[in-house]
Amino acid sequence: MRTIEVEQITQAIAKMCMDACYYLSEDVYDALVSAGRKEESDLGKEIIGKLVENANISKNEQRPICQDTGMTVVFMEIGQDVHFVGGSLEEAVNAGVAKGYTEGYLRKSVVAEPLFNRKNTTNNTPAILHTNIVPGDKVKIKLAPKGFGSENKSALKMLVPADGVEGVKKVVLDTVKTAGPNACPPMVIGVGIGGTMEKATILAKKALLRSVNKRNDHPEYAKLEEELLEMVNKTGVGPQGLGGVTTALAVNVEYFATHIAGLPVAVNINCHATRHAEAEL
Amino acid sequence: MAEVKRITTPLTKEMARSLKAGDSVLITGTIFSARDAAHKVMTEALDRGETLPVDFTNQIVYYLGPTPAKPGDPIGSAGPTTAGRMDKYTPQMIEQGLSGMIGKGYRSPEVVEAMKKNSTVFMVAIGGAAALIAKTIKAYEVLAYPELGAEALAKLTVEDFPAIVAIDCDGNNYYEEGQKPYRKI
Repeated sequence: MRTIEVEQITQAIAKMCMDACYYLSEDVYDALVSAGRKEESDLGKEIIGKLVENANISKNEQRPICQDTGMTVVFMEIGQDVHFVGGSLEEAVNAGVAKGYTEGYLRKSVVAEPLFNRKNTTNNTPAILHTNIVPGDKVKIKLAPKGFGSENKSALKMLVPADGVEGVKKVVLDTVKTAGPNACPPMVIGVGIGGTMEKATILAKKALLRSVNKRNDHPEYAKLEEELLEMVNKTGVGPQGLGGVTTALAVNVEYFATHIAGLPVAVNINCHATRHAEAEL
Repeated sequence: MAEVKRITTPLTKEMARSLKAGDSVLITGTIFSARDAAHKVMTEALDRGETLPVDFTNQIVYYLGPTPAKPGDPIGSAGPTTAGRMDKYTPQMIEQGLSGMIGKGYRSPEVVEAMKKNSTVFMVAIGGAAALIAKTIKAYEVLAYPELGAEALAKLTVEDFPAIVAIDCDGNNYYEEGQKPYRKI
C-alpha cells in the first residue's frame, strides 16, 4: 500500500495545465516542421511556418499557443495499491485545474450548465476525469486541454459489421471534409473503433494522447492509420482549409472488443495545437 | 501569392469591395471583438429596438475571446474563433453597417448573401496562431458586457494585424478556390 496526498495531484495537475498550453509537445512540433517542408501550396507553407513561429513564441514567453485553452480532459491510471489521503481525488483534480488556469493566465471556457443559463464557472472547472484502476502503486496522469473549434467537428457513427474497413474510412473522410477550416487544420485525428457507444468516443479521445509519430502496435491498425492519413491529405483542405496537402499531421486509431452486431466508430478531431502533458507519481 | 494589401480602419465599403478572395492583408487601426455571447446579447438588444454600444458603420468585428493578459501586456493570446457559430446573428449585424469580419471557417449561404448585398468582406486569421497574432494588438479595452469575461465586447488597437480574405464582397470563396487544385478525393 502506498499513500499519496491528494495535494500532490493538485500541484501536478496545475503544472500540467500550464505546460500543455504553453509548450507544443515535441512530436507535434516536429510533425509541423516536417509538414511545412512537404507542403505544396505556397500559402499553406507560409501558414505552417507561422504556426511553428507561434509555437516558438509560446515556448519562449510562456504564453498559451491558442486562446482556446480548452476544457481540461484528464486520464488517470491509478495503481490498485495506492491509497489517496487528504481529501477527495476528484476535488483535488478540479483544484489543480482552477489553480493552473488562474495562475497561468489561461482562458476560463467552461459553463456550469449547457442549455439554459450557460454561466461561466470562472475557473475552468470541472475537468472531464477518466479513471482506470490498474495493478501497481503508481499514478499516471495524462492531461489534454481540448479546444472546441475541433471538438465541435467530431462525430460518432454506429456502423454495422458489413460496413467494414471501407465504412470506417468513409466516416473519417466525411468528418474531416465537414470539419474543414473550422477545426484549424493541420489536424490530428483520433479514431476509436469498437466497444460500445461511449467506449468508442473515449478511445478516440485517448488516441489523441498518443504521440503523432507512434503507430498502433497492431500491424493492421498501423496500416489503417497510414491509409487514413494519406486519404485525408487528398481532400485538398490543407492548412487552415485554404488548400494544400497537409490536412492532418497524423491519424491515431485505438480499438476495443465489440458486440457481434456492431462496429462503432468515433472520430475526435484535434487542431494543430494538439496539447498534452504527462506525469507519473 | 498576391502582394500584401495594407488597410486602415474605418474600412469604407469602397475599400472592402477592393479586397479580393485570396488577398493577404495587414490591418491597422481599431477593430472590435465580439463572439457568441456578445452577438446574442447585441441581436437581442436590436430586437428590442435598442441601439448598440458601438456604431458598427464601416467597422470590422473580430470573433475573439482572448486569454487574460499577463501583467504589463495589453492582451493575452488572441487568435480567431469559428465564425460559423455567429452565422445566426451575422445578417443582422451586417445590417448595422459592418464592412469586415475576421474569424475562421465556413460561412452560411445566408451570411454570404448579406455580405454581397452590403459589401462586407470576411477575412480569416490563422486559427491557433494566437501568441503570434497577439503581438499585433497594442491595446484592448472592454466597452460593454464585462460580465461576459473573455466574451465581452471590446475595442482593439491593432498594427499590421495579419489576415487573408476568405470570402469577398462578390461572394468569391477562397476556401473553395484554394482547395480545388489539391483535391484528389
